[in-house]
Amino acid sequence: MSEPAVELRDVTKVFTSTRGDLAEEVYAVQEMNLEIAQGEFFTLLGPSGCGKTTTLRLIAGFERPTKGEIFIHGQPMSKVPPNLRPVNTVFQNYALFPHLNVARNVGFGLEVRRVSRPERERRIHEALDMVQLAEMSNRRPSQLSGGQQQRIALARALVNQPAVLLLDEPLGALDLKLRKAMQIELKQLQAQVGITFIYVTHDQEEALTMSNRIAVMNKGRVLQVGDPVTLYEKPASHFVADFIGESNFFRGVVEAVSGQLVEVQVSGTRVRATAGALPPSSGQEALFAVRPEKVRLIISEESIDGALRGVIQEVIYIGTDTRYIVNVEAQSPVAVRVQNGCGIAPQEYRRGDVVQLSWLPEDAHLLAD
Amino acid sequence: MEHPRRLFALIGPPSVYLTLFFLLPLGIMAVFSFRAGTIGEARNVFTLEHYRQFIANAAYHRLLWRSSLMAFGIASISTLLAYPLAYFLTFQAGERKLTLMTLIIIPTWTSYLLRVFAWKLILGTNGLLNTLLLSLGIIDQASPILLYSRTAVMVTLVYVWVPFVALPIFAALERIDRSLLEAAADLGCKPWEAFLRVTLPLSAPGVIAGFFFCLIPTLGEYVTPLLVGGGQGAMYGNLIQDQFVRALNWSMGSVMSLAMLLAVIVLLVIFSRMGSFSKLLEL
Ligand SMILES: Nc1ncnc2c1ncn2[C@@H]1O[C@H](COP(=O)(O)OP(=O)(O)OP(=O)(O)O)[C@@H](O)[C@H]1O
Ligand SMILES: [Mg+2]
Repeated sequence: MSEPAVELRDVTKVFTSTRGDLAEEVYAVQEMNLEIAQGEFFTLLGPSGCGKTTTLRLIAGFERPTKGEIFIHGQPMSKVPPNLRPVNTVFQNYALFPHLNVARNVGFGLEVRRVSRPERERRIHEALDMVQLAEMSNRRPSQLSGGQQQRIALARALVNQPAVLLLDEPLGALDLKLRKAMQIELKQLQAQVGITFIYVTHDQEEALTMSNRIAVMNKGRVLQVGDPVTLYEKPASHFVADFIGESNFFRGVVEAVSGQLVEVQVSGTRVRATAGALPPSSGQEALFAVRPEKVRLIISEESIDGALRGVIQEVIYIGTDTRYIVNVEAQSPVAVRVQNGCGIAPQEYRRGDVVQLSWLPEDAHLLAD
Repeated sequence: MEHPRRLFALIGPPSVYLTLFFLLPLGIMAVFSFRAGTIGEARNVFTLEHYRQFIANAAYHRLLWRSSLMAFGIASISTLLAYPLAYFLTFQAGERKLTLMTLIIIPTWTSYLLRVFAWKLILGTNGLLNTLLLSLGIIDQASPILLYSRTAVMVTLVYVWVPFVALPIFAALERIDRSLLEAAADLGCKPWEAFLRVTLPLSAPGVIAGFFFCLIPTLGEYVTPLLVGGGQGAMYGNLIQDQFVRALNWSMGSVMSLAMLLAVIVLLVIFSRMGSFSKLLEL
């Protein structure tokens, strides 16, 4: 395997702010370890304030790590200033130069690197073509819409052909429709140019749509790294299961363990789940999660082996699916999603129906709390 | 004009003020410039004689030109000194910004005359500077040229103006989005390149404003040259003052004032051509 494009080894960033004689320490990034492969579309995903921007700024060189080391293409970066790092950034607020027109904004990096004029003009033109804004080259940034500015910011970074492109919520300011269109455009562009993208977002759907791999962050720590399918199908912690998609959480006591298969006593019923990375022992408290679309509903007053008994509290029809909220004794209400596919009548079940809830053991994951 | 009354309320007071204290005196001065004399019967005789005299007298032109050069020099030096000051306040001072800013502004609360007199004490023959240089053995005789010279006028005026020139530059620097400097570094700029390509052009409106705020009043300056300039440091403003106060030739004084007004207008046209005036208003 070739060396990673970017590697973070044990990186910690502490901000110290003094207010009066009160020194306050903020751990923005804690003991972060990441390896990002060349050509990868890698996403940092997490709620506001979890340290995503700080991580990008550490890689770009605007902040220095308090501890640990960052490598780009195997080279340690601790003594390399931002202007010498082989990375470019698309800033959250675009940071286009207001005194320069679009063409000079895009050509800024080339001008600084003393690229010859004809070569520069060719590459500016190419970059503007790529983001489909060739006809805007004489405008000032203030004369462009938010979406256009975003594309110029992208062109300004890509024109330098960096080894790694850092993008800090570049679609944050766009409306939903444009955002969706740009997600696909960006993804295609990345595949086309083959540059490593490190992308920051707090939107889990955006992360799932675009990324090869995602690092889920919370409070300055990376909780789980994986491709979208793994993160969705096999979340390792309560936070990840909750933050990515929707999950039903059940609490119970472990009754029996055989290999990966775990039997858990939940509200007086024995149900089955998968152990995952943390093999539990009998008698231990356990928490596991099941996705709403992985829960099967069966109308039956009689109990079924391995199924939880519940009462339908609410039926919500949302076109492609119907959503049921089911009350289960001593648990939070359970969400169930049933697709309205061929031959399935919508609203098959009604409010007040007594149902049995079951799932495949591999769809129920024991979680770290 | 949806609300003519409100509009009138808004522009009424300033226009009354401008008419009373600006247009009216200017008009009176214009009238005086045509009068044959300041007192007596000559008041009622109108003539172009003083204009002819002004145009014929090369000494006046030379002084106006020299004063313009001095004002230009003073404004340039003040701007060159004010820029690093404003830059330091904006980017380096951190939490001490407000304190330092206050320290710079406090002296301007004292009387202007007092500050000019202070320089007289510093530059005088038995002044601080001479005494210091003597005691250090750098010179062996007190130098009288420090005071009553063009240099003295320039030093004093630069001192007076630096804080005022620094303010608009400071405001322009403060307005620069820091992420633009990060973007410049990100795109390969060394710190000084980022300064030349981003900081300097974006602070240009403040620089130009500061420069002209200093240049225009300095052109008409007469108090400082009077106190520290001596014969050699006299400026055009002193000539005008002499006409009004000593020669009692108000007509000549008026003609000379109008000539200076013309010079200022030319400068203002250049100012607005540089595009910064409109940009200042827009930002
Ligand atoms: N310069 C700074 N000084 C002090 N604290 C800071 C600084 N920059 C960031 N922080 C703190 O570090 C933490 C992480 O901030 P960061 O900007 O990385 O979050 P983020 O994940 O990008 O959030 P968002 O999604 O809101 O942009 C926050 O608690 C923030 O307050
Ligand atoms: Mg952020």
